[in-house]
Amino acid sequence: MKPTNIHNPDYFHKVVDCQWACPAHTPVPEYIRLIAAERYTEAYMLNWDSNVFPGILGRTCDRPCEPACRRVRTEEKPVAICRLKRVAADYKGDITDYLPPVPKKKNGFRVALLGCGPASLAVARDLLPLGYEVHMFEKDPAGGGMMRTQIPAFRLPADVLEEEVDLILDMGVECHFGHEITSMKEMLDMGFDAYFVGTGAPRGRDLDIPGRAESDAHISIGIDWLSSVAFGHTTSIQGKVIVMGGGNTAMDCCRTSKRLGAESVHVVVRSGFDVMKASEWEKEEAMLEGIPIINNRPPREFVHEGGKLKGIWFTCIEQVPDENGRLKSVPTGEPDVFMEADHVLMAIGQENHCPWIERDLGIEFDKWDCPVLDEITFQSTNAKVFFGGDSAFGPENIIWASAHAHQAAISIHLMCQGKDLKKDRPPRGVNLISQKMGVHEWSYDSEHDPAKRVFVPHSKLDKTLSNIKVEVELGFDARLGAHEAQRCLNCDIQTVFTEKLCIECDACVDICPMDCISFVENGEEAELRTRLMAPAENLEQDLYVSEALPTTRVMVKDEDLCLHCGLCAERCPTNAWDMQKSVFHLPQLGSYAE
Amino acid sequence: MTFVAKPTARHPSLKINEIGLTRRDYEGSVSTLCAGCGHDSVSAAIVSACAELGLPPHKFLKISGIGCSSKTPNYFLGHSHGFNSVHGRMPSVATGASLANKELYCLGISGDGDSASIGFGQFAHIVRRRINMLYIVDNNGTYGLTKGQFSATNDLGSTSKRGVPNLYEPIDLVSMAMQIGATFVARSFSGDKRQLVGLIKAGLMHRGFSFIDVISPCVAFNNHNGSTKSFAHMRNMQREVVSADYVAPQVEMQIDYAAGETEDVTMPDGAHLRLRKLHSDYDPHDRLHAINYLGERGREGEVVTGLLYVKSDTENTHDILNLVDTPLNSLDEEDLCPGLDALESINQSFR
Ligand SMILES: Cc1cc2nc3c(=O)[nH]c(=O)nc-3n(C[C@H](O)[C@H](O)[C@H](O)COP(=O)(O)OP(=O)(O)OC[C@H]3O[C@@H](n4cnc5c(N)ncnc54)[C@H](O)[C@@H]3O)c2cc1C
Ligand SMILES: Cc1ncc(C[n+]2csc(CCOP(=O)(O)OP(=O)(O)O)c2C)c(N)n1
Ligand code: SF4
Ligand code: SF4
Ligand code: SF4
Ligand SMILES: [Mg+2]
Repeated sequence: MKPTNIHNPDYFHKVVDCQWACPAHTPVPEYIRLIAAERYTEAYMLNWDSNVFPGILGRTCDRPCEPACRRVRTEEKPVAICRLKRVAADYKGDITDYLPPVPKKKNGFRVALLGCGPASLAVARDLLPLGYEVHMFEKDPAGGGMMRTQIPAFRLPADVLEEEVDLILDMGVECHFGHEITSMKEMLDMGFDAYFVGTGAPRGRDLDIPGRAESDAHISIGIDWLSSVAFGHTTSIQGKVIVMGGGNTAMDCCRTSKRLGAESVHVVVRSGFDVMKASEWEKEEAMLEGIPIINNRPPREFVHEGGKLKGIWFTCIEQVPDENGRLKSVPTGEPDVFMEADHVLMAIGQENHCPWIERDLGIEFDKWDCPVLDEITFQSTNAKVFFGGDSAFGPENIIWASAHAHQAAISIHLMCQGKDLKKDRPPRGVNLISQKMGVHEWSYDSEHDPAKRVFVPHSKLDKTLSNIKVEVELGFDARLGAHEAQRCLNCDIQTVFTEKLCIECDACVDICPMDCISFVENGEEAELRTRLMAPAENLEQDLYVSEALPTTRVMVKDEDLCLHCGLCAERCPTNAWDMQKSVFHLPQLGSYAE
Repeated sequence: MTFVAKPTARHPSLKINEIGLTRRDYEGSVSTLCAGCGHDSVSAAIVSACAELGLPPHKFLKISGIGCSSKTPNYFLGHSHGFNSVHGRMPSVATGASLANKELYCLGISGDGDSASIGFGQFAHIVRRRINMLYIVDNNGTYGLTKGQFSATNDLGSTSKRGVPNLYEPIDLVSMAMQIGATFVARSFSGDKRQLVGLIKAGLMHRGFSFIDVISPCVAFNNHNGSTKSFAHMRNMQREVVSADYVAPQVEMQIDYAAGETEDVTMPDGAHLRLRKLHSDYDPHDRLHAINYLGERGREGEVVTGLLYVKSDTENTHDILNLVDTPLNSLDEEDLCPGLDALESINQSFR
């Protein structure tokens, strides 16, 4: 293998599994260390800088970082990255002094943001410090998008939402609330320098089976129903409720129904339990609240009598893998099942839907009604129009909306400056900074903590089920947060090897608790992976290979299971190993970290 | 010195041996020796060898003298018996312990100062007595613990860190051991684990006195240009002649090997010692040949390593003294004090 180029910014970035997996590349280990040091305000700002909504995300994020966390491979359960983010938000102090200044004198460019969901808000935050005049058009009376209209208060209290939404609006956004956009042409005629479409994927899917139309009065589209609950138009639900669907919307619908007085609530899912789209923890919460989830039951027809819904017939299937390993549904032959229902909530997916964008404005759409976009710049086929969040590639989540927004903001800025959106895009970079403070002294807590993941305390069930506004999770207090923070392995403190210092004494090989390090003859990667101290079977994780050493061997380190304990560097007599913090420079406008 | 405890987390694919343990279960506490010390590699090799053999740690007896090398039993086999004795006196204690309980695997760790200087007399006699044990010398050519004086194994003319030459002839413990009765004699290098682990396994399972002289560089005082016990010197001048590994009884003997290359020597327990000759005219069964060969190559500055001499059908102290089969520490009072009648008959035999 060729020697590894550790100055390629992506090399060590991949080692920080959580940060690599986070769409916005939040510097997780850095903020966790700040939490351990009780520096909550700085921890909060570091988050705010990259993901824009730490308090909201610390409660609701889809957390792609957690399944990626190294701790899953070295021990069992990931670090509670998401809930630690909430600790930073809950215990932060006054952040006013940390906020980027917004110039009074504007730079002369006017940008229109369509919709006031997380995507548009994040674009506003990035552009305002550069002096842009930012206008936001939103049909609802308040900002936040689906964070406000969909995520129920028992998961995300209103004050947490409002604090982070208002923080951005107060930076100087020109808000046009209650303004439903009915024509993109009209918008374009307003002569803004750039447009960002952040109107989400607002249409809930429906189901066309017998009896649907006749039972219409008793069937609601999940997301429309949730938003009417959020705005206080719906305050109760009666009788037996069936929620159809297996995603997070279904989980929010069933838990909300339970709180609004339903006599009984059942979730019925077309597919098996394991392949449901809802996050593991959302399913767990629903079941803990006593809501049965019934799987492998595709609906056949709605039964109604005199305009009143009676129930639903379901067929029975099972899912078996076909020759390509893909699951397919096969009838089990059991008789169909009838379930009584007075009200049905349909939570079977969302779609992009922008009927108000005329199709003759140079903005092309693909066959799924998604805009045709450049995946790096988020520019549409109309150079002035950008998309981000759910409106870009279909429904995702808040953290993806933030990530899209950063890129779109850079593009808008480059365009306004007359620069090329790709060639002039600022590059990624990495700095490596030694953490050595003295002999056997490191600037980070290198000791490995074998503790198990700390559980998040919950409010009492009877309290939460009787009031939709009572938050279910109480969050870690400072003490529990500090415990959980200790579990982080500091994956950004990298093991950096300097060939010319190594005397091939084997001390690092002997001490490494995870058998990461080997000194072997070089070879092709696949074969080399089999010849190490321990076989390097995780192909997703790179091998760090040195130049040839005096014995002609090379040092090969399997990054997969390294605990970043620094013992290799402690035992190295010549400092050929050093523990260095990798700080990634991920281009972003108005970054507080830069 | 490292203060951080070694994490208990381990690689998920680490091998589990016949008695359900992994290599990590054979470790001791984290070493307090200088970072990079060759002695730590010897400890790591012992850990691997014991884990590969699948021996129960509590069946081990570790005995040492004084020196950095003699401190190392603390850093391997944490769950075994040990005795850190007096400078140069490990052989006496090992002799007593081995006689008291012959069922333990007796592992002596010493240094070149401990065995070739202050303890040279003791060394000679434990070899002569053929105690059933593995005796390892971590040979760094210096008194590491007392900050780098020349030891008796240091080569004539090799220099100290400050450039002062050594004025005396070296003692070669390997030749010495062969001359006075050791039946398993090897030399190795701490930086060559492949060789060292095999030798330790073979040496532990050899019935009789096994001796391994491990050149084990001292990074603090004897790893400079001018030293003949440095990593660089060993990497340039090491010449392996025979490699050895222990092959458990249940594994089949190797028969169809290229002539002269591999040889399986059967051991009393039905296992065998698999020897691989890397040098065609070296014969590890001929003591005089071996001693001569070492001398010749030594004159050229080469360091001959590997299994240098082995004799498998031999007697050890227990056989020589014709001791009872029961370990002496398990004999009860009745066996030890058989009564007046027995005394009378013994006395009678002398009349
Ligand atoms: C029930 C449910 C629960 C969810 N839970 C989570 C969760 O826990 N965690 C998570 O990360 N994600 C969650 N999501 C997804 C998340 O809410 C969205 O991915 C995210 O809000 C998308 O952000 P956005 O800015 O692209 O669009 P949106 O948040 O959808 O915002 C779009 C805004 O545009 C406005 N708008 C639309 N059309 C027009 C128009 N024509 N004129 C004017 N204004 C218009 C809308 O009113 C809305 O305010 C959930 C989604 C649902 C449906
Ligand atoms: C009776 C006695 N004399 C002298 C000493 C001082 N002393 C301690 S260690 C040592 C030399 C150890 O050398 P070696 O056996 O080679 O061990 P190393 O530290 O090199 O591994 C000496 C002379 C002592 N501890 N006891
Ligand atoms: S251990 Fe810490 S730094 Fe490593 S992946 Fe998990 S959260 Fe990130
Ligand atoms: S930091 Fe060094 S010693 Fe620790 S696990 Fe990683 S490679 Fe091994
Ligand atoms: S401990 Fe240092 S000098 Fe020794 S082999 Fe490892 S990197 Fe090289
Ligand atoms: Mg010594």
